[in-house]
Amino acid sequence: MLQGWMILLVALGYLCLLFAIAYYGDKRADAGRSLIANPYIYALSIAVYCTSWTFYGSVGRAAANGIDFLPIYLGPTLVFVLWGFVLRKIIRISKAQRITSIADFIASRYGKSAQLSILVTVIAVVGIMPYISLQLKAVSTSFNVLLQYPEVIMPPRSLQVPVIGDTAFLVAMVMAIFAILFGTRHIDASEHHQGMVAAIAFESIVKLFAFLAVGVFVTFGVYDGFGDLFAAAAVHPALEQIFTVEAGTGYGRWVTLMLLSMAAIMCLPRQFQVSVVENLDERHVRKAAWLFPLYLLVINIFVLPIALGGLMHFPGGGVDADTFVLTVPMAEKQEALALFAFIGGLSAATGMVIVATVALSTMISNDLVMPVLLGFRWFGLTERGDLSTLLLTIRRGAIVMILMLGYVYFRFIGESVALVTIGLVSFAAAAQFAPAMIGGIFWKGGTRSGAMTGLSLGFGMWIYTLLLPSFARSGWLPESFIELGPFGLAVLKPYELFGLHGMDSLSHSLFWSMTLNVGGYILVSLMTRQNAMERIQGALFVDVFTHSGPQGGTQFWRGSATVADLRALLARFIGAGPADRALADYARMRGINLGKLRDADADLVSFAERLLAGAIGGASARVMVASVAKGEVLGLEEVMKILDETSQVIEYSHRLEQKSRELEGTTAALRAANERLKELDRLKDDFISTVSHELRTPLTSIRSFSEILIDNPALDLEQRDRFLAIIVKESERLTRLINEILDLAKMGAGRMEWQVDDVDPRAVIDDALAATSGLFAERPIRLDVQVGEHLPDVRVDRDRLMQVVVNLLSNAVKFCDQDAGVVKVVAGSRGGRFYLSVLDNGHGVAAHDRHRIFEKFQESVAASGEHPRGTGLGLAISRQIVEHFGGRIWVEDAAGGGAAFCFSLPFSRTLASRAAAQQGHEAV
Amino acid sequence: MRERLLAAFLFALLALNPPILSIFSARLFIFGIPLLFLYLFLVWAAIIVVLAWVSDLGPQRDGER
Repeated sequence: MLQGWMILLVALGYLCLLFAIAYYGDKRADAGRSLIANPYIYALSIAVYCTSWTFYGSVGRAAANGIDFLPIYLGPTLVFVLWGFVLRKIIRISKAQRITSIADFIASRYGKSAQLSILVTVIAVVGIMPYISLQLKAVSTSFNVLLQYPEVIMPPRSLQVPVIGDTAFLVAMVMAIFAILFGTRHIDASEHHQGMVAAIAFESIVKLFAFLAVGVFVTFGVYDGFGDLFAAAAVHPALEQIFTVEAGTGYGRWVTLMLLSMAAIMCLPRQFQVSVVENLDERHVRKAAWLFPLYLLVINIFVLPIALGGLMHFPGGGVDADTFVLTVPMAEKQEALALFAFIGGLSAATGMVIVATVALSTMISNDLVMPVLLGFRWFGLTERGDLSTLLLTIRRGAIVMILMLGYVYFRFIGESVALVTIGLVSFAAAAQFAPAMIGGIFWKGGTRSGAMTGLSLGFGMWIYTLLLPSFARSGWLPESFIELGPFGLAVLKPYELFGLHGMDSLSHSLFWSMTLNVGGYILVSLMTRQNAMERIQGALFVDVFTHSGPQGGTQFWRGSATVADLRALLARFIGAGPADRALADYARMRGINLGKLRDADADLVSFAERLLAGAIGGASARVMVASVAKGEVLGLEEVMKILDETSQVIEYSHRLEQKSRELEGTTAALRAANERLKELDRLKDDFISTVSHELRTPLTSIRSFSEILIDNPALDLEQRDRFLAIIVKESERLTRLINEILDLAKMGAGRMEWQVDDVDPRAVIDDALAATSGLFAERPIRLDVQVGEHLPDVRVDRDRLMQVVVNLLSNAVKFCDQDAGVVKVVAGSRGGRFYLSVLDNGHGVAAHDRHRIFEKFQESVAASGEHPRGTGLGLAISRQIVEHFGGRIWVEDAAGGGAAFCFSLPFSRTLASRAAAQQGHEAV
Repeated sequence: MRERLLAAFLFALLALNPPILSIFSARLFIFGIPLLFLYLFLVWAAIIVVLAWVSDLGPQRDGER
């Protein structure tokens, strides 16, 4: 005998077991040894798709419409064929952006819009309401049916009993408590509920085996295998329609159900929760892609057999087909199997309710309440202290509210309707997310306004063509609303809108809502412009595989916040402990010391935003972070720079910069070379003008004296001789000047022919003295020669060396004291070199002239400005010669006033001098 | 991998929807099992096998997305 207390005990015991699994799962996750980090658990958790709808409703649907129950599972299979790219993309985006719900996903895609997140949340909550009521109905009905055992009697309708005594109400309360214990024990920044996922996976196993047990019992226990069962059914003419698709609207409905289920598997908040948010590893997708369809196939094999068995067992329709899974074993007096079936149904319902309420409560707190509270300045949310308690309270309240809404829908509307019909209303609502979601990840052009328009129109259409008629059918709106249209306007009849008829109500609703949704989304997107944030997010979503690095996400915060501010902000939402741990992890990952850091960089601000987004949703996190970060979003151009393969642009501009730097360098070198050329040109001009001047002086005197001689033939002989002598002298000077200029030019151009030989310097000095003896004889000058004995040879051109000595001697004669001139020649060895000095007792050379005097045409004019007596090239030539042979020439003060012109030359005996001389020789 | 899955998707779309579906919507029994029921489950199973082979169990290719 099955007693009421026994059923309750088993049910509560089962729930406690679930809780234990969840608790253990969370403990393992905290310890870092995740229980659920494998593709099998992942696939089983996705099987939360199979709810009471599948467990009880499919059989009911099959009993009424035959094979029609199947598209709901074929659709997801189709989606899963392409799941590999679609879902992996969604998962990648969600991880990079720390997406916590489908509302967060859609709002983030369209520029982190708070309006959009609120709209999506409202649609989700209203849309899922019937779905929740479906679960409440299934559990309470199955409990009440089981309670009648061994009788098979349908329970009384809820409206006939007070709320407090209503089983469905009690079920709702128990489930609310259960969901609160499961999903809102603490705020987790990563928004993973590993314990919950473990429990869900366990539930998927329980419901599968419970259903298979009933199926096997019916097929092989009651009947003798499939063939026997179908053969028995085939003789009932009433069951004929079950084996085929109804010709007419049957195919239209088939396609509708297929499309709806395809959208639902992606867009239902709870499916998004388990397959995206709770996903631990992208690679799990690969195995789950075929494991989940396999699960669906297995759980559906016995739907038709159970339905047929039920129909044959309870002919006449006295027993609700939605209870066949339970009532057939009961009728066969299988207590244990009936209880197992009840637990399986309970399992299917609790799994759905837990995940759906956790997903929805997260959405309500993150994407609805937070943005609204942030909108009210007087609430002062940005200034408040610890907000994690507030968040938890909001979520708990939301769970209770969702279940109560579900209960209300059940009590007043859903009770008279079949399970699948109720569920399909929710599917149609969830399908409204598909255009904005799929469009958002494949089309960059979708705008926030487009998404808002599409969602609003689709949701409006859904309300008008599905929700309101269901109110009308339950008597909450006048029946004429459906039959005649509002205010008798036939064109607005909710089931035949704008005169469209010949479709079932679901296909009709889907057609209008999707047409307006997709149309509005595309049309408005094409007509509106995206703001910077939308474009950034659009690019990040569509090109997620290009943009997301190992860190995930790209930061677009410029400006700064202090680390302390960010820490405080995080602590308020996720608690001080987790905030510190997260920051410490971040610091360790980046290898920085946050303690020493005062200002947070853009990267840390983004990190904080993502962390916060995990707790309160993207749109709210943005506002909160903006309240402490004194910066703004990067300008559009800057961001586009980052996005549009900017590395190339940057590299290119780097190269350009480098090139222009090189060019500048070259230009500077060229300019310097040009300056040098100009300087040389100027020097050459100077030289030529000086030379011309020097040449003209003797020429002028030669010419004028010659003219005098020609013009005055009567000049006396003495004068004529004197003039001729001047002409000869000036000619000689001219010749010497030209020779010297030639020598200088040759030496400067390196074309001088040197007769290099080992030369005895003493001999050279003697020869030079002999050559200048005439000069000395002209004037009263005392010559004093001190030349050292046994001087080594020097390796020079003998004539050129003599030219230097003669030049120095003649200069000394010219510049020594006019009346009592003294010239002294000192030669010898000093410091390993040959050394010669010619001293006079003249005016000497002023210190500032000492360097200049060796340059061309720089004659000392100190001798009272009289007519220069040399060419001004002698010393310049001497310097060239001495330096050519590796020597040095200079001038210094003589001991008793006057100048001392000295030069030194290396002796030829040293190897170095020999080599130097040799080199010099070869160079010429 | 992408192309193969896309081909499988198109095949499944065709096979599991009308009008192909209507060919098998006949009151016939094969080995005592309704034709449509048998057909749908066989196609379904075939899709799962292809899916498993291409996306998971078959030889893996690099560079998939």
